[in-house]
Amino acid sequence: MAKVAAELKYSAEHEWIAFDGSGPSVVGVSAVAAEALGDIVYVDLPEVGSTVTAGETCGEIESTKSVSDLYSPVTGEVTEINEDAIGDPALINSDPYGAGWLFKVTVESEGPLLSAQEYAEVNGGEL
Amino acid sequence: MTENYTALYEEHKKLGASFTDFGGWQMPLKYSSELAEHHAVRKAAGLFDLSHMGEVWVSGLEAGAFLDYALVGKLSAIADGKAKYSLICNADGGIIDDLIVYRFGDEKYLVVPNAGNAPTVAVALAERATAFNVKVEDASAITSLIAVQGPKAEAILLKLTAEAQHPLVTDLKYYAFNELTVAGHNVILARTGYTGEDGFELFVANDGAASLWASVAEAGAEFGIVPCGLASRDSLRLEAGMPLYGNELSLEGSPFDAGLGGVVALKSKEGDFVGRAALEAAKEAGSKRKLVGLKGLGRRAGRGHYPVLKGGAVVGEVTSGQPSPTLGYPVAMAYVDVEHAEVGTALDIDLRGKAEPFEVVALPFYKRQK
Repeated sequence: MAKVAAELKYSAEHEWIAFDGSGPSVVGVSAVAAEALGDIVYVDLPEVGSTVTAGETCGEIESTKSVSDLYSPVTGEVTEINEDAIGDPALINSDPYGAGWLFKVTVESEGPLLSAQEYAEVNGGEL
Repeated sequence: MTENYTALYEEHKKLGASFTDFGGWQMPLKYSSELAEHHAVRKAAGLFDLSHMGEVWVSGLEAGAFLDYALVGKLSAIADGKAKYSLICNADGGIIDDLIVYRFGDEKYLVVPNAGNAPTVAVALAERATAFNVKVEDASAITSLIAVQGPKAEAILLKLTAEAQHPLVTDLKYYAFNELTVAGHNVILARTGYTGEDGFELFVANDGAASLWASVAEAGAEFGIVPCGLASRDSLRLEAGMPLYGNELSLEGSPFDAGLGGVVALKSKEGDFVGRAALEAAKEAGSKRKLVGLKGLGRRAGRGHYPVLKGGAVVGEVTSGQPSPTLGYPVAMAYVDVEHAEVGTALDIDLRGKAEPFEVVALPFYKRQK
């Protein structure tokens, strides 16, 4: 069963966010979502310097079988995107909470977020 | 709604398959990674459960004449031990299904339609049979079908057959079949497939399916065989430029638009057959649209039903599309207006509001080295 990392917060749209009090926070997609998508072959991320809005689309994730919108879990400015994941989107499948992270953002405000426990209860997955 | 399970359903569960409903059947979508399964078929071998496909036996004195009437091809002309791809059309020339016909003899043929269409095809054949001295028997529920596909398929089959029967495997030509014993089971072994690779399809009675599946998996282990689901089956057939009923073929579509005019025996068959008048008229009128291959120049893939554009105007629609695992670029099949169907034509696919550049290329996208 797909892992749900306990230390992260999750959006209903399957993005995770690791809050970092001092610097930008890291955003990615959950293992549950990565597994459901299948082998990811393309990822389109917001531009560095652009503003993303909580609950709104900010990119796309494409697998062999389908395309899904990427939603931002928070509102803020994008400070960095994961070029490694753009070059090798399979990282999102193999290490969704680590090397497969997507972008970093300075958080101005949060959208509605779930704890790992709450996310796992709704979507399955193992803490 | 899923109502049907193949005789191999428990094997798939044990292998950790994720399932999908396909034509009313609960089928494995993938076991691990669909990309890994795809590459295994291109480089080594893959093992597929195709038991959702139908098996309809046609027997009797007029079996050949009946099939010539019921289907669009000249099936009576197939040699014994050979198979032929054909279509069953309605009176309007619409495609009810595409299928493969195997000839066992003058008075015995096997018709293999697609899963979701099998009941419809069995009924249509029975209806069309009333004026003929034939028996039509739907054996779909008691027959399993296992495919072994990939460059190592022959070596795997040889491990499972007696040495005296090896020529029945090695000398088997594409679209030909033999009846022989594989791993202790009586099977119909056909050199057919839906992947663009060399390979075999094995018809076996349901009660032998699980044992045969296990034997093939075990014999193939040293060659790198992996179980493959419908996700990789779809990407493999798309690269091989093979149509899928429901995507490229439909009741509303014409065989000529789909590039299957060669399958319709208007010249070689003298007698009437179901759909003949409509198909003659369609051929006479010419196609307004044509099925083409599209190669993506960027990284993003077109998907089914996305519009195809020329200079911003809609000139067609994608029927199947995804990133090609073997070729490394997006591929799609699409119906486009004939004036834009020539190889080399630059077209766009509307990817959710963004025009992505594609180019018309000849099908198939992928052809194996022989």
